[in-house]
Amino acid sequence: MEILVCVKRVPDTSENEIEVNKDGTDIKRDDLVYSVNEWDNYAVEEAIQIVDRVGGSVTVVTVGDSDSEEILRREMAMGANNGILLSDDAFATTDGKGIATILKAIVQKGKYDLILTGAQADDGAGQVGGMLAAMLDMPYASLVNKIEDLDGKLKVGREIEGGNQEMNEIDLPCVLSIQTGINEPRYVGIRGIRKVASVDIPVHGLSDLGISADAIKAKVKRLDYFVPELGKGAEILEGSNDEIIEKLIELLKSKGGIK
Amino acid sequence: MAQQIFAYIVHKDGVPDDSAMELAAAAKKIDAGAALTAIVMGSGDNVDKVANAVASAYSEVWKVNKAEVAYPNAEIIRGMLVNMLPKGSIVLVPHVTFGMDLSPGLSVKLDTAYVADVVGIDGVSGSSLKIVRQEYSGQVSTHVECDISAGAVINVRGGCFKPEEANAGGKVVDKTADAGSVTAKRRFLEVVKGEVGEVDITKADVLVSVGRGIGEQDNLEIIRDLAKAMGAEVSCSRPIVDAKWLEKPRQVGTSGQTVKPKVYMALGISGSFQHLGGIKGSPFMVAINKNSKAPIFQVADVGVVADMLEFIPELTDKINDMK
Repeated sequence: MEILVCVKRVPDTSENEIEVNKDGTDIKRDDLVYSVNEWDNYAVEEAIQIVDRVGGSVTVVTVGDSDSEEILRREMAMGANNGILLSDDAFATTDGKGIATILKAIVQKGKYDLILTGAQADDGAGQVGGMLAAMLDMPYASLVNKIEDLDGKLKVGREIEGGNQEMNEIDLPCVLSIQTGINEPRYVGIRGIRKVASVDIPVHGLSDLGISADAIKAKVKRLDYFVPELGKGAEILEGSNDEIIEKLIELLKSKGGIK
Repeated sequence: MAQQIFAYIVHKDGVPDDSAMELAAAAKKIDAGAALTAIVMGSGDNVDKVANAVASAYSEVWKVNKAEVAYPNAEIIRGMLVNMLPKGSIVLVPHVTFGMDLSPGLSVKLDTAYVADVVGIDGVSGSSLKIVRQEYSGQVSTHVECDISAGAVINVRGGCFKPEEANAGGKVVDKTADAGSVTAKRRFLEVVKGEVGEVDITKADVLVSVGRGIGEQDNLEIIRDLAKAMGAEVSCSRPIVDAKWLEKPRQVGTSGQTVKPKVYMALGISGSFQHLGGIKGSPFMVAINKNSKAPIFQVADVGVVADMLEFIPELTDKINDMK
């Protein structure tokens, strides 16, 4: 099985407090810790496990600047066989549909049986997998949390509401977006990262991919960033730890929180 | 604005999802004077039940009654919508697991713009629709401009628009013939019900719920100690189940259990909308998190900005001393 996994370098939200810059044009990026989008990491692990079972190879691809090379190497240290970087100044201002258009071009340069993406990334849109599948006229399933190999097709479980799972049979080639929890992504040690440090990673730009700048012109544009106003907000307890705990216990008792 | 606005109605067992009336409200924010059309697809008597139930909020309801869509297979429904929808339409779809499956591909096939998980709509200026979204797990919001000149597919987050009052008095139109026949390369097999655990967190009055902020599995002990001191059950957010530190039946959220406690302690939980979507009945919510920007502080009643690993053992000791 030849598998392509689409990955993205994103600020790690579990490690960072994301803040908006002074003029609201971007988030403050100076001190952010970047890593592989969490969902993508599960997708790469799943691809490696499938190839371990049925043979084939795993290629990881990303659309990004030169810094994104580090996450390709990380996923290769995990066990992916090849990496491809899609990089061009023109890619920076595109939207989700533009990213899917760029990825479509690289899919058509190869011969893949299965294409995986993470269920979503930093913007929470979860759009690229479904768009890519439609552009390629391949079947698609989102939020996949189980994959079983069948002959010439797959049996996939999709996460649906209420802790339930929707089972489907899907023909190959297909595109799946992978939900967290489908597996346990393996640990990547420093030795693994050193091993792939000098592996050649090809870079493709707009003209290599044969797409026009017009084809990836954004229809959806971000205007600004701002701090969300979701509700009135919590009453934040202040004071020494002892004072906070005393207030908190009083509140919990009055609301029936301590039996 | 001459574009038609459609709302895709998600339903189950003959009952429309809460999103049905919320989509009508969202549509009014795009164009207050628009004639709104609801689309109800399915098989059997349920289609009529749902169509009639939503007719009050839409000027027209298109119903499609076909065996192929008895279960909502996004690939088949996408094909039928492409057959039915006029060019340049704006299509609203709820941001639920089905909507996420359907919408990105639908926007490609209709050749329209697509915006996912919309939490607010600021209105239209010319062919530009201004929308509010959240990014980075809800830590920041953005205004997004969407070119709707060729139409748009828009996914709307639940609970963000006040359900439309029922006064449109729409007529139900049978569009089964227009939907056509669509074959799919993905076939629905069955729904596997979630496992039932030894503890039913849906029945607990007090929940001590733990999230990613706990750091390591061994640290769960401090949560168990606190729950024991309070007489509460332990529940958790998704990353804890993904890491297999606690079992799935303890997960609170849209993809886990829906809970209705009197008191909810959210410990090291950022407060994604999927997590908050699993908490009903407005419990008294206490959030403890070291990130003062965590979205959970926007919805909690009381917050403590602290490292839970230090704070919780102290809290537990004080509760135990008090007894």
